[in-house]
Amino acid sequence: MKGLIGFVLAGFLAGVGLSVSGMTNPAKVTGFLDFAGNWDPTLLFVMGGAVAVFAVLNVLIHRRSAPYLCGTLPGVRGATGIDRRLVLGAALFGVGWGLAGVCPGPAVTDLALLRTDVLAFVGAMVGGMLLAQRGFGADAPPAPVEVDVA
Amino acid sequence: MDWDAFTPISATVGGALLALATGLVLFLNGKIAGISGVIARSLRPRAGDTAWRVVFLLGMVAGGAVTFAVYEPAAAFAPSTGTAGMVVAGLFVGFGTRLGGGCTSGHGVCGIGRASTRGVAGTLIFMAVAIVTVYVRLHVVQG
Repeated sequence: MKGLIGFVLAGFLAGVGLSVSGMTNPAKVTGFLDFAGNWDPTLLFVMGGAVAVFAVLNVLIHRRSAPYLCGTLPGVRGATGIDRRLVLGAALFGVGWGLAGVCPGPAVTDLALLRTDVLAFVGAMVGGMLLAQRGFGADAPPAPVEVDVA
Repeated sequence: MDWDAFTPISATVGGALLALATGLVLFLNGKIAGISGVIARSLRPRAGDTAWRVVFLLGMVAGGAVTFAVYEPAAAFAPSTGTAGMVVAGLFVGFGTRLGGGCTSGHGVCGIGRASTRGVAGTLIFMAVAIVTVYVRLHVVQG
């Protein structure tokens, strides 16, 4: 596929950004989530910087009629429906994030540290993803609309 | 407040770089590059939609490796739990991000950046639950 180098660069930027930001250190994440302790607001700035820049890029990119390489643009506004899966899934993710201070992007980036605990986390995370996809239909294509003919 | 640990400049720069990365993917192929989605959908290969995910993830590891080597503060890694705890947490993170359709990058950065009510709701929920989880872990169980 043409243009793969662009995705290597994008991944590289993501890895640099996450490690520079401090999110690849679980203690930093735990310090942000620990409001009752010695609170470290650093992650608010990671999130703020990222949201601000992405919001501008999203609008600029949607001035194009199509992406540069392939596919279609998803629309300038994101999805709006809130359902049980979103609520339960986000809550379960919150439990895991609070337990270890690690979320998916930093976990992948931290593989570069060659630590067995990071490898164990990523292996279990992939297992959890496969369980959700194969056992609970997450990421499945939308079900065909049933037409009530009665 | 922990003023010694507070690093707002590197945090803002890092966040902006992450947004450049997801913006580049949107520009190239129109995909919303939430990291949990990039990982999960690389696990169920589809023609034309897998190679970019794999090289993106490899690029992330390379970006981490270079940064850890040249910028010493970034290489700090102080685990919050042991390896068994990491396995349990990993299962929750993997299952939850797929069921809920996003993580800190997909719901948090891209979702909020696109004014998605799903992204805002997902972010508020996982933040709140993570804050409660840390409270229980540090101030109830260990306290």
